[in-house]
Amino acid sequence: MSLRARLSVRREGFGLDIALTAEPGEVVALLGPNGAGKTTTLRALAGLLRLDDGHITLDGVRLDPLAPEQRRIGVVFQDYLLFPHLSALDNVAFGPRCRHVPKAEARRTAQEWLTRVGLADHVRKKPRQLSGGQAQRVALARALATEPRMLLLDEPLAALDARTRLDTRAQLRGHLAAFPGATILVTHDPLDALMLADRLVIIEDGRVVQTGDAATITAQPRTDYVARLVGLNLYRGRAEGATVTLPDGFALVTAGDEQGEVFVAFPPSAVALFATRPDGSPRNSWPATVTTVSRHGDALRIELTGPLPVAADVTPAAAVHLGLEPGREVWATVKATEVRAYRA
Amino acid sequence: MFLTLPLAGLLIRAPWSTLPERLTEPGILAALRLSLLTASLATVVCLILGVPLAWVLARLHFPGRRLVRALVTVPLVLPPVVGGVALLLVFGRRGLIGGWLDQTFGVSLPFTTAGVVVAEAFVAMPFLVIAVEGALRGSDARYEEAAATLGASRWTAFRRVTLPLIAPGVAAGAVLCWARALGEFGATITFAGNFPGRTQTMPLAVYLALEQDLDAAIVLSLVLLAVSVGILAALRDKWVAA
Amino acid sequence: MRKVLTGLALVAVFATAACGGGSDDSANSAPAGGGAPGSAGPGASGQLVVLAAASLTESFDKIKEDFQAQNPNLQVTISYGGSSGLAQQITAGAPADVFAAASPATMQAVVDAGEAAGEPAVFVRNQLVIATAKGNPEGIRTLADLTKPDLKVALCAEQVPCGSAARKAIEAAGVDLEPVTLEQDVKAALSKVKLGEVDAALVYRTDARAASADIDGVEFPESAGAINDYPIVTLKSAPNPAAAAAFVAFVRSGPELKVLTDAGFQL
Repeated sequence: MSLRARLSVRREGFGLDIALTAEPGEVVALLGPNGAGKTTTLRALAGLLRLDDGHITLDGVRLDPLAPEQRRIGVVFQDYLLFPHLSALDNVAFGPRCRHVPKAEARRTAQEWLTRVGLADHVRKKPRQLSGGQAQRVALARALATEPRMLLLDEPLAALDARTRLDTRAQLRGHLAAFPGATILVTHDPLDALMLADRLVIIEDGRVVQTGDAATITAQPRTDYVARLVGLNLYRGRAEGATVTLPDGFALVTAGDEQGEVFVAFPPSAVALFATRPDGSPRNSWPATVTTVSRHGDALRIELTGPLPVAADVTPAAAVHLGLEPGREVWATVKATEVRAYRA
Repeated sequence: MFLTLPLAGLLIRAPWSTLPERLTEPGILAALRLSLLTASLATVVCLILGVPLAWVLARLHFPGRRLVRALVTVPLVLPPVVGGVALLLVFGRRGLIGGWLDQTFGVSLPFTTAGVVVAEAFVAMPFLVIAVEGALRGSDARYEEAAATLGASRWTAFRRVTLPLIAPGVAAGAVLCWARALGEFGATITFAGNFPGRTQTMPLAVYLALEQDLDAAIVLSLVLLAVSVGILAALRDKWVAA
Repeated sequence: MRKVLTGLALVAVFATAACGGGSDDSANSAPAGGGAPGSAGPGASGQLVVLAAASLTESFDKIKEDFQAQNPNLQVTISYGGSSGLAQQITAGAPADVFAAASPATMQAVVDAGEAAGEPAVFVRNQLVIATAKGNPEGIRTLADLTKPDLKVALCAEQVPCGSAARKAIEAAGVDLEPVTLEQDVKAALSKVKLGEVDAALVYRTDARAASADIDGVEFPESAGAINDYPIVTLKSAPNPAAAAAFVAFVRSGPELKVLTDAGFQL
């Protein structure tokens, strides 16, 4: 049940135009900043939003002329949208009932699905009596009980607290692995994407900016958004051998050997800061001014301006030693061996 | 205070000593029964016509929606007597539709109990439509989308998801609608006329009693009040508890 | 006379004060007047409130015009309504000067409540006619004609004067008339005829005449047995008793009675 789609939706001040494919059993994560068009994509696939142009083909069958109730696409909404007046059991039985399965049989199916997601003891509960994690699982069971040809998940874990999220994510991974059709997962959390998806599709401003498996994307981000997402400083410039010249003339020495348009990337931890111009000869060094200081795990993330705007990670001890605070002028260096260049 | 003082006035002025014999006068029971019957039927008519209309107003975007919404409130603004005349012009013997009905089927609405129901439904409908539309707007339309992705047609989604969710709003609207229909006077007397047992509802009986005998009018009003307050209180408890 | 004058002046002063305005001379120029039949004092002033039965609307509007012309400083307000309703307003303390009712019974209620100043006097009578669609397509001539099957007839409810008069006439004729509706007043019954919802209605001759553009009024013999008297009286708590007396006298004067008979009333 492979998905082939080109989605074009035009709205005032916003346009979505993307091509999307997914193979049976594959989990594709749509990743992107807020307002990029992730949810719009999902709604268009589900039929809740009319396409202005394009097509949706699932297994060779055109879906785009069909109403949502005819598409047989399971959707888990961000806030689950469990029907508040129905018990967990009746929520899950709702789909089969709509397809005229007799009530008793629909309930039996629902019971099975709820057991499968580990909620056998909660079938009689109303949605408001369920915890966030339980509600998420009921929503998943409800979508799967319709035996959909494709599954769409909109930020399935966003509404959960950190601890529940960890458990639920692991369980979700199991259920997705068991699902035979294609799954499209929308998220803005890279960790969800990396853990759950076989392939990532990065969307920005309604366009696909990068697609590939997790390793490729984390190693070679192609936009600022992706770079920030995976925690890299990213620039674009023109390479001549090991030297890359950025548009404003600043030159970085890299470990590579490329010609022409390239991306240059290095992690914040590779940036070292000094109170005065360092002796010796780090090839890349420049004066910089601290703009912000914030916690980042065990380290402090320092944002700097200067000829090369950059983020640096330093230890709290180093920060105290250097007196790092907004406005402080320092020297920044990065070793050429830490700087990777790849074709744009 | 402002709302209850007139009620207190009625209670104080009531002819308590002669109340038992007045209550057993034959006309009262007939008028009361007719009032309850027609108000309930009018409410049913309003539910059948008004809930779908409210859904259309709340959920569909179409040109002229504002105009339709404004038109729905016309019976609120229109003096009920004018409403009655308007109904006559449409459903009367010489009316646009009434003339055809009369000639084709020999059916004539004015001066019949059905005419009372039509007049009451006309005047009471906005209360239901406005209440239900408000409830629909307040309810999350995405539940209907969720139902659609589960394979529910629009009608199924409405019946099994939306309607249960807005049930309190529909109930409130129905109660308002019923209460308005019960108290309806102007459109009823104009469109359906006044004939005991057939079209003379309590408000008409009260009005005509007022022409002759203030005490009789007060007694009739008290009966109407007692019955309606009793029913409304009972319904309210039931719904709040549910 | 002196007493009347003082009272008149006082009322005028109060009235102008109450209105917060008015020309000065309205209070000062209150000459002799009030009481002389046919010629009310041209100086009656202040405000005069008349409550009159709805069936008097057309005639009293004309009479008011004439009266106003003779008393430029007087502001006359006439409130029309069902006689019973007006009687209730009066007994409930509505501030009014004159009451003209469409039936002695309603007038009696006012007298019984002690609100009438003096004896009410019958000034005109009104008779019932059968109102039919223009041209009388059903060829109705008598009350008995109204019992034809498929004929829809509207009467007034018995609680209102035109209804009790109709009941009397029907009983006098000994016919078995089954109306489709008992309307709350004569105008409502008439408009049912105008709209074509009923084929006939028993209404006052005055109402039929006023609506003669739309309907025909058929005189019938039995109506003589159900003539309605219209009494008029000044009210005890009248804020402007002098003007009230002047108005009553004016209504009963020759030229104005002509206005009433032109409208279909009988003397």
